[in-house]
Amino acid sequence: MSGFFRVAWQVVRKDMTVEVRSKEIVLTTLLFAVSVVLIFSFAIVREGRAPDDVAAGILWVAISFAGTLAMGRTFERERYNDTLRALLLAPADRPAIYAGKLLGLLLLLGLVEIILVPLVALLFNAPILAFPGKLITLLIAGTLGFAAVGTLFAAMLVRVRSRDTLLPVLLYPITVPVMICGVRGTAALFQATPDEPLARLWIAILIAWDVIFVTLSLWTFEPVMTE
Amino acid sequence: MNHLSVVDVARYYGRRKALSQISFTCDAGEIVGLLGPNGAGKSTLLSILATIVTPSRGQVTYGDRAPGESGGAAIRATIGMLGHDLFLYPELTARENLTFFAHLYGVADVAGTVSSALAQANLSDRADDYVSSFSRGMRQRVALERALLHGPQLILLDEPFTGLDQTSTAALVARLRERQQAGCLIVLATHDLDVAEGLLSRAIYLKEGRIVGSDTDSRGLVDRYRRTIRS
Amino acid sequence: MRKLTTPFIGLSAGMLFVAPWLINMAPFESTMGLVQKIFYFHFPAAILFLVSAIVCGIASIRFLFFKKASADAWAIASAELGLLFGALTLVTGPLWARKAWGVWWVWDPRLTMSLVLFLIFAAYTILRKFGGPGSDKLAAGMALFGMLNVPFIYVSVNIWRTLHPMTSVVPTLPTEFGIPLWFCFAAFTMLFIALLNLRATLALQQARIEALYLDEDEA
Repeated sequence: MSGFFRVAWQVVRKDMTVEVRSKEIVLTTLLFAVSVVLIFSFAIVREGRAPDDVAAGILWVAISFAGTLAMGRTFERERYNDTLRALLLAPADRPAIYAGKLLGLLLLLGLVEIILVPLVALLFNAPILAFPGKLITLLIAGTLGFAAVGTLFAAMLVRVRSRDTLLPVLLYPITVPVMICGVRGTAALFQATPDEPLARLWIAILIAWDVIFVTLSLWTFEPVMTE
Repeated sequence: MNHLSVVDVARYYGRRKALSQISFTCDAGEIVGLLGPNGAGKSTLLSILATIVTPSRGQVTYGDRAPGESGGAAIRATIGMLGHDLFLYPELTARENLTFFAHLYGVADVAGTVSSALAQANLSDRADDYVSSFSRGMRQRVALERALLHGPQLILLDEPFTGLDQTSTAALVARLRERQQAGCLIVLATHDLDVAEGLLSRAIYLKEGRIVGSDTDSRGLVDRYRRTIRS
Repeated sequence: MRKLTTPFIGLSAGMLFVAPWLINMAPFESTMGLVQKIFYFHFPAAILFLVSAIVCGIASIRFLFFKKASADAWAIASAELGLLFGALTLVTGPLWARKAWGVWWVWDPRLTMSLVLFLIFAAYTILRKFGGPGSDKLAAGMALFGMLNVPFIYVSVNIWRTLHPMTSVVPTLPTEFGIPLWFCFAAFTMLFIALLNLRATLALQQARIEALYLDEDEA
């Protein structure tokens, strides 16, 4: 088991070193997320004001759009010099490699969210500081569920020619339960009279989905990655 | 592992036969060359030997082991592969690349292994430069040492001589001979016959996914290759 | 199983021909009136839509983890039937909803998840069509995740308070409604099994032709 964490940690560290040098994924993903928010504002703002209760939806749409972009790019990097093969050649547990890529992606998306969430709050009047603990739990659990499936799909699409278009097509329908939980839970916290028990219920369902998605992904990674 | 045997291996992609009816055996201490034009299936065969592609039929056995449900990682630990795309991260330095893979392969003394690998690649003074700033020859040397980090007994090389000048080629040949003396089995795919001449202890000619001939005498390789491939 | 295909097709064709009369003879439901009758087709289609997701998921598990090459044929057959019966469900549902709820579509959990499941089947078939060699494994992975949605759809109406009728409605139906319903259900099920068999046989035969072609000059 220690081997599992050692390998996963090495993959995370490698991905982080590359990203700290180039900053490409964080910057492009962040800019893309902000653009999504901007487009939304054109669609819904009337007479200079956004309607209430839209912040949660906009936030999660931006996260999922930007997340797909980040997933595609992290695996494009592994494809560039065929390094994904080198990873699979290592005498390590294949699921450990998956776990490493997933954690790396989570850190990247976390960084993006640190800027994106306050920005959405500012532009659409969302009270993010009312229940910081619950909001952070929702963000982490939601991003985890989304990225867990996304990492698996992006990894298996590396070999496929039309991977850039196929990734969102495959990923969005599968991760709908996570998105629903994320949006509903966040909306419960952002609404005029916050509903804490409801948010707690959505967090519980979300965590259940996380457990299912992560287990299933760890389980499928090995057979799906052998050509 | 002192013996590699390939029995009736074939690999199909849809209706395309990348490989069919591939059978050969070789022993430790050999340098086996897979020779053939582009698209002959050399890379696919190397990937199968590396266990990252499973054959559509037939089997490969490594010593007395076959890649089954459980033995995969144990077999992968004895294999070192240098791919055509070099398997290096251009955004990392040579030392970081080697360190990362040394950890991944569970090498015991990571720092020591990496610095001796850098010395072996003759790159100790450029160890902390990004791989993206290296010439093709330097990258190739790092990539080769990366593949040899964990002391593999089976070494697989895909077109290792492409883009190398004469000194680099000579250094690579010397390194391979040294590994051969150490008892490793080396399988390399190439279409550079001039280098292969005199280096290989066994040549296997591939054409359109099939073995069209083989040779255990590497002198006069060029002529026989032309005759075999043309016919 | 395969022997049943022809009798099942004949039987279900005959039953579906008779079904309109049976449905016509069933009494009018007090609040919904005529539009309730679409339920006799909507319910079987919806159940078989979910069944095809389960068949596809189980076949994919067998293909992916137990290396049963033939299971792939059943996966692709059930995925395509999932598209067909999903389309039936998603067309008949709104026809009823327009009359019952006054709108074509509401975003309640069950409707949403059915649409999502339909999209998963669509993505699955797209992946198989455009994924190139090796996409069978990727699609199998996709199907596994798709199967997870089925219990979610089934239970969703009972947990959330939604507009969609509860699943407990069906067993408590009075006999005069029950007879045409289960008659239609049997007809649809036989059609489903027959089509599943035909499509899987076709896929298996395609695989055999490929194998023969590839074996042609092998040792």
